[in-house]
Amino acid sequence: MARKSNGGIGRRRMLKGAAGIAGAAIGSGAVTGFPVIWAQNNKNIVLRQCGTGVSAINEIAEKCKADLGITLQMTALDSDAVVQRVVTQPNSFDIGDIEYWMIKKVFGANTLQAMDVKKIKLFDKIVPIFTTGKLKADSVIAQGTAPSTVSFVEGAGSTKFAKGQTQWFTIVPTIYNADTLGIRPDLVGRKIDSWKDILDPKFKGKTSILNIPSIGIMDAAMICEAAGIVKYGDKGNMTKAEIDKTIDFLIKTKKDGQFRAFWKTFDESVNLMTSGEVVIQSMWSPAVSAVRGKGVPCVYQPLKEGYRAWGGGLALAKHLKGAQLDAAYDYINWYLSGWVGAFLNRQGYYSAVLETAKANMSADEWGFWMEGKPAQGDIKNPQGQIVEKAGAVRDGGSFYDRMGAVACWNAVMDEDRYMVQKWNQFIAA
Amino acid sequence: MNRVKSWVTYLQVAPLALVFLLFLIVPIATIVVVSFFDYNTTQIIPAFLLQNYEELLLSPVTWRTYQQTIQFALITWALTLLIGFTVAYFVAFHVRSPTMQTVLFLLCTIPFWTSNVIRMISWIPFLGRHGLANTTLMNLGLIKEPLEFLLYSDFSVVLAYVHLYTLFMVVPIFNSMMRIDRSLLEAARDAGATGWQTLLNVILPLCKPGIAIGSIFVVTIVMGDFVTVRMMSGGLSASVGLMMANAMSLLQYPAAAANAVILLLLVLFIVAAMMRLVDIRKEL
Repeated sequence: MARKSNGGIGRRRMLKGAAGIAGAAIGSGAVTGFPVIWAQNNKNIVLRQCGTGVSAINEIAEKCKADLGITLQMTALDSDAVVQRVVTQPNSFDIGDIEYWMIKKVFGANTLQAMDVKKIKLFDKIVPIFTTGKLKADSVIAQGTAPSTVSFVEGAGSTKFAKGQTQWFTIVPTIYNADTLGIRPDLVGRKIDSWKDILDPKFKGKTSILNIPSIGIMDAAMICEAAGIVKYGDKGNMTKAEIDKTIDFLIKTKKDGQFRAFWKTFDESVNLMTSGEVVIQSMWSPAVSAVRGKGVPCVYQPLKEGYRAWGGGLALAKHLKGAQLDAAYDYINWYLSGWVGAFLNRQGYYSAVLETAKANMSADEWGFWMEGKPAQGDIKNPQGQIVEKAGAVRDGGSFYDRMGAVACWNAVMDEDRYMVQKWNQFIAA
Repeated sequence: MNRVKSWVTYLQVAPLALVFLLFLIVPIATIVVVSFFDYNTTQIIPAFLLQNYEELLLSPVTWRTYQQTIQFALITWALTLLIGFTVAYFVAFHVRSPTMQTVLFLLCTIPFWTSNVIRMISWIPFLGRHGLANTTLMNLGLIKEPLEFLLYSDFSVVLAYVHLYTLFMVVPIFNSMMRIDRSLLEAARDAGATGWQTLLNVILPLCKPGIAIGSIFVVTIVMGDFVTVRMMSGGLSASVGLMMANAMSLLQYPAAAANAVILLLLVLFIVAAMMRLVDIRKEL
C-alpha cells in the first residue's frame, strides 16, 4: 500500500526523503523571506517520522524546516512494515504516519499516545468525516474502518476507542482519497458505471485488480456485491463464509481468463494501462494522472456503488514529552495550517482542513480539484508540471461528490489471517 | 610435534569455519528455530509449535505451488541444458581458433553486464499485446489477433528463466569440454565412430561434471525465485518463493520460515540426487 505520489518523481522523492536532513538543510538555506508566523524555538528539534510512501514528501520536510526549524527525518516503508515498526520498535520513531485501518492493529499495543484536541488549533475545522463521521448532517457512515470509529479514545492513556467524540484524538488526518476503477475510455467502447463492469465478457483478458490482500479484497467485494454474487453484512469485516464466497468467485473468474494480470506496485498499474494490456482495472488516483501524463487517455471512473476510501494521519509516539512533544504539536498545527493542504490537494489527494488549504490555492486550482469545475487555465502539480489543460474537469467531480459517495473504507478484518490464506489460494489457483 | 601441527591446522581452518558458522549455520539455525514460533498480526511469539508446518503441509495450495515450482524448474532445466550444451559444443569444438573461442565466449556473457531484473522486464514491452512480437507478426499477416499467451503466462515465465539462466549451463559445460583431450576424439573417429556416437559416448560422459554443476545452479535458482514469476506471470502464477514473500509482507515470519525449511530440504535432496549421479569432486 505504499502509494507513491507520482511515478518516477515519487520514487526519487522517497529516496531523497531518506536523506531528509540533507534536503531539509538545503531547503532552509534556499527559502528565505517567508512571513514568519511560527515560533522559531524548535531549532534543535529532530522529529523522526515513519510512514507509508504516500506522505513521505521531501518538500514537506524542507518547508517544515524553513517554517518551524524542526528537522523532519522521514522514513518511507510499506504499510505492513509501518505496522510492525510502530508495534515492535516504539522508540525508533517520534511521529507515526499511519493509516486509519492500521489504528485497530497498532493502538492496542500502547506505543502511541492520544493527543489533546485542545492543543490542536484547527481541530474544529477538520473535515467531519474524521470526527463525527458524517460529511454532511445526513450522511451515512460507510462500511469498513470508518475513521470516526477509531479517531477517539476514552482518556489520556487509554487504548479503548470511544463511541463518540472525546478530548483524546488518536491521529490527526493528513491525506485521504476515494479510490475507484480506472478505465481506458478509448478502448472500453461502452459506458462504465458499475464495479461489476469489470466482469463483462467483452473485457476478457483485459482487466486487472491489485494484489495487495487487504485492499484487493475490498475491490473484490465491491465487484461481487455489484454483480449480486455475495451480499455482505459489512464488507470491511467479512465473515469466513463471505470470504469463501468472494475468493471462490475470484478463482472462477481467474480460471475463465478474465484477468490479464494482478498488479502490486504503482508503476505496474501505470504500465498495464498505458500499454493497453488492460482497459479496466483497480487504480490509484496518481496512477491515473501518470497514465494521462504519457498522453494516453485514462479516466478515474465514478461508479454508482460508490468509492473505496482510505486515509492516513499523524500519531504521536508514547515516549514523546517536553520540548519534543510541544514541537510535535507545532508540527501538527503547521501541517493543518494550509501550505501542506494545498500541496496535497494539488496531487489529487484531500487534506484535513479545507479552509486553510483553500487560502493557499488559486481560485482556479480550488475550483478544479475541489469543486469539480472546469479548469480555467492549465492545472499544475506541486512540482510545476502541467497535469491538466484548461477546460478539463476532475473525474468524479467535487470533493462532496466523491467523498460523499464512499461505500467502504479500507479495513482490517477480524478474520484477517484467514482472508490472507484464502487470498494466497486465489493467487496460486 | 604432532600436537602442535594439528593445532596449526585447526588455526588454519578457523577463519573459514568462522565465516561459515556466522553466515551460514547461524542464519539457517535461526530460520529453523523461528519456524516453530507462534505469531499474530503484529508479533512473533517464541514457542514450540508444529502449527506452521501443519498449516503448510496440509494445505492443497502448498502442494499445487510446489508442483508448479518444480514444473518450472524441470522445463527450465531441460531447455537451458539443451541450449547450453549446444552453444558450448559449438564454441568448444566447431570454432577452431582459440582467439575466436574466447571472443565468442565473452559474447555470451555480454548480456550479463546488465542487471537481470532489467533483462527480464525488457521482455514485457516486447511480448505485450501491442508489443514488438505481436505487431511484427500481425504486420506480416501471420496472425490476425494478438497472441495473448506471449505475456503474463507460464510461457513468458519459462522464457525469462531460460534467457536469464542459460549462461549458468554454458560456462561449466564449456569448461568441461575444453578439458577433453582432443586425442580422445581422434581415437573415436579412428575407431570408426560417427559424429553422433562420439558425442553420446565420449563427449557427453566427459561433460557430466559440467552438466551437474550447471544443473545445480539452474535448479536451485529457479526453485527459490520469486521476482521472475511475479513479473512475468503478472501475478497470475505462484511459486514457493512468492509464497514466502507474501507471508513475510504480512509479518508471518514463522510461516515463511517453515516454508523455507521445507524448500531447503527439497533442494538439498535434489542436489544430493545429482551428486549421486555425478561425482563432481572426482571429475573436477
